[in-house]
Amino acid sequence: MISVRNVNKSFGKQQVLFDVSADFEPGRINLIIGQSGQGKSVLAKSMVGLHDVDSGQILFDQRDFTTMEKSERSEIRQEIGMLFQGGALFDSMTVEENIKFPLTMFTKMTKKEMQDRVDFCLDRVNLQGRNALYPSECSGGMQKRVGIARAIAMNPKYLFCDEPNSGLDPKTAIVIDNLIRDITYEYGITTIVITHDMNSVMEIGDKVIFIHQGKKWWEGDRHSIITTDNPEIEAFVFASEFMKKIRVSLKAHNS
Amino acid sequence: MKYIRNIGAYFIMLFWVIRKPKKMNIFWNMFMNEVQFIGINSIPIVALMSTFMGAVISLQTASNMDSPLLPAYTVGYITQSSIILEFSPTIISLILAGKVGSNIASEIGTMRITEQIDALEIMGVNSINHLMLPKILASVIYFPILIVFSMFLGMFGGFLALVISDLQTTETYILGLRSWFDPYNIFYALTKTVAFGFIIVSVSSFYGYYVKGGSLEVGKASTKAVVISSVVILIANFIITKLMLL
Repeated sequence: MISVRNVNKSFGKQQVLFDVSADFEPGRINLIIGQSGQGKSVLAKSMVGLHDVDSGQILFDQRDFTTMEKSERSEIRQEIGMLFQGGALFDSMTVEENIKFPLTMFTKMTKKEMQDRVDFCLDRVNLQGRNALYPSECSGGMQKRVGIARAIAMNPKYLFCDEPNSGLDPKTAIVIDNLIRDITYEYGITTIVITHDMNSVMEIGDKVIFIHQGKKWWEGDRHSIITTDNPEIEAFVFASEFMKKIRVSLKAHNS
Repeated sequence: MKYIRNIGAYFIMLFWVIRKPKKMNIFWNMFMNEVQFIGINSIPIVALMSTFMGAVISLQTASNMDSPLLPAYTVGYITQSSIILEFSPTIISLILAGKVGSNIASEIGTMRITEQIDALEIMGVNSINHLMLPKILASVIYFPILIVFSMFLGMFGGFLALVISDLQTTETYILGLRSWFDPYNIFYALTKTVAFGFIIVSVSSFYGYYVKGGSLEVGKASTKAVVISSVVILIANFIITKLMLL
């Protein structure tokens, strides 16, 4: 399980996270949602150690990440896979080389074992035979899928996804959501997804944490988020006219 | 205050650069790519600059040698001294600061803003060591080779200019090149070159690695990398010359 305890984070004089505490369910998809600029990406980046927190604990199965030496962190990081918003694929490498990179760096696999693992990962994200493409030759959706393939190459225990659907059309976004869900359940990964896409929330959110003004404002599941009366969540979830109409019909249906 | 902070951050970065690479086969591949990029790809510009500058140095020297008291071979001697002591190690390094430095800063800067460096860090890779050590080693090994190449071409350019223009005979020019030749000058020039190669790559990497923002900032970092590394080269040139020649 990943737990965050009383985390505070500032950039200069501006405090971004205020005493955030949360538990992320193991083997499930945990969503961190919220408006832009509320601190959800900072929270996620603090959890993987890209930002050092000012105070608080980040526990990976009771191992406190914040007090570790760089070498100890490196060991935990090999248990983490991360899918970045823009893919973050190494653009000087082919798709195959991108997936092979962590295997070459951290394992003693033979060339044959590595090739099998690359082919397996590409197969898992439905990109068979695309080994020789460069990231610039891939569409946005393909880049995200290669990012997922690279993230799962090392059999991670924890998967972080930073806005996996940004810049994708709704249909491709659902493909990515389904892929994240299938991989999470198939391999028992603890997945944390940062998003503000309500389709993702309704599609894959086992546990939802709402961050507002740098604080954990609410937590629940995807069913309770549409029935809660919390005004900030209502303003976030039912922001568009379309969603407001859904809200009205839901209330009518419930009454 | 900002400059002092930058100097501190630069030395902390160097502390992380100088580590044993995690996987030698990956390091070797990256090193060879950098040799290609920093070394081999710089040969055309170095060749062009050196040949023409050598030619101009010899022609200008010849045009100023109107005293009958000065022997004709003085032109070859001055060309040789100018090229070995200053033109090849310093001027070519300044040119490489523009070509190689801006490219390194924009390459690493782009990796930063597209989160590729974050991806390396999350995998548990020491990104500073992984990205910079192959570049620094390639530059300190290959820059001296480029500069020796530049010295030969500079003197050859001088030869072409003087002999084709019928200003001197081949024998006189070669006698000039060989006059008062001190091998220590080569040692001095190559020592400078190693220092300049290190400065160009480390300073440019620093500005690329710590870029914040978007593509506009990458462009600014690239410009800053060239300007700062050029200034540091000039200062280092003065210090090394003072230490080694006087």
